Amino acid sequence: MLECVDLQCERGHRQLFDRLSFRVDAGQCLQIAGDNGAGKTSLLRILCGLLSPNSGEVRWQGRPINRVRDEYGADLVYVGHLNGVKDDLTAAENLQVWAAMADLPTSAEQVVQALRMLGIERFAHWPAGQLSQGQKRRIALARLAMAARARVWILDEPFNALDRGGVQVLNQMIEQHVARGGAVVLTTHQSWEAPVPVTRLDLPAGGGA
Amino acid sequence: MIGSLLAVLRRDLLLAVRQRGDVANVLMFFVIVVTMFPLGVGPDKDTLRLIAPGVVWVAALLSAIVSLGRLFALDYADGTLEQIMLSGQPLSLTVLGKIAAHWLVTGMPITVMSVALAMVFDMAAVPGGALVASLLLGTPCLSLIGAVGAALTLGLRGAGVLVTLLVLPLYVPVLICGALAVDRATAGLSPAPWLMVLAAFSLGATVLAPWAIGAALRVSVE
Repeated sequence: MLECVDLQCERGHRQLFDRLSFRVDAGQCLQIAGDNGAGKTSLLRILCGLLSPNSGEVRWQGRPINRVRDEYGADLVYVGHLNGVKDDLTAAENLQVWAAMADLPTSAEQVVQALRMLGIERFAHWPAGQLSQGQKRRIALARLAMAARARVWILDEPFNALDRGGVQVLNQMIEQHVARGGAVVLTTHQSWEAPVPVTRLDLPAGGGA
Repeated sequence: MIGSLLAVLRRDLLLAVRQRGDVANVLMFFVIVVTMFPLGVGPDKDTLRLIAPGVVWVAALLSAIVSLGRLFALDYADGTLEQIMLSGQPLSLTVLGKIAAHWLVTGMPITVMSVALAMVFDMAAVPGGALVASLLLGTPCLSLIGAVGAALTLGLRGAGVLVTLLVLPLYVPVLICGALAVDRATAGLSPAPWLMVLAAFSLGATVLAPWAIGAALRVSVE
């Protein structure tokens, strides 16, 4: 589904990786591993299309992602370092707005369901600014529960700020997503007991030469 | 597609309601800048009537600049801008929704407020009406052009000053046309030609600016 060809990325005159090629198929879970500064986040942002590589390209269904941005976006959920949650909106409003912007038809019931899945339906009508980091992370991850038809999940340190219960829930969601034939690309620096078989991609230490 | 435009518009208006203070600040800024001039120039009615259109227009430009800082910066800081860019919807449309919301909470209140200010400056009904009409047609252009500057300087150090230097010169044609419309009305002629030019600027900017803003945002977010 997703294919990377000869990616090369430089940040601030330092080469992070070079001639990086790999593919992610349906039902595959790919974990990007590497030290701090190895370029994990940059690679994920390149995969999303937020960052363009210095050379090489990312292809979605065989076509470069910057040509099929809209189709690719509809099939992608990205949870980055930043939660993308507005402090002045409630948890439920945050999800509703996100779905409306992505043109996902969503009922109030679906929003509550997604929040329930993440165990934060009690806070549905609280302003997100009054919630803890972990709870905000759960709002961000609730997007995964809402966009069931999205085929690719790209998760940057999704377990950050999550407690044990949260990790369990996310593991469950990843398991179901992979079982449905979805693909997951994620980074994590915590020891992670993956619920599904994981392919590992190691980025060269210290950003390579 | 229009759904995403409306969703962003609705979201930004909701946020503006929740952060009423920030919206009110821009309007207060506008009023305060305008009211400084009688204090500096003196209370002579004829002089005030003469400078009123220019003063109100310059204050409107400055208020537009002041409000630009919040246009994309907050969405950038909390990650919602990334989510908007990855939503699978055309970025130029979503951006148009944001700008429409920006105009509704800055340009429109400024236009409404200028009715009162025209009276404060003792402007006659016709020139005063021309001033308000010129603001109504010209302020959308300010939001659109300003957004290009805001998108280009997003995430830079000292973005506030830079955006002022970048955008103010681009506002000059709008300022001139606005002032000319009022001049003609004062001279007893129809202000319509200059108002139409202003409307043309705003319509042209509506078509062209969203693309520029979208491209600038993609560069800035990298």
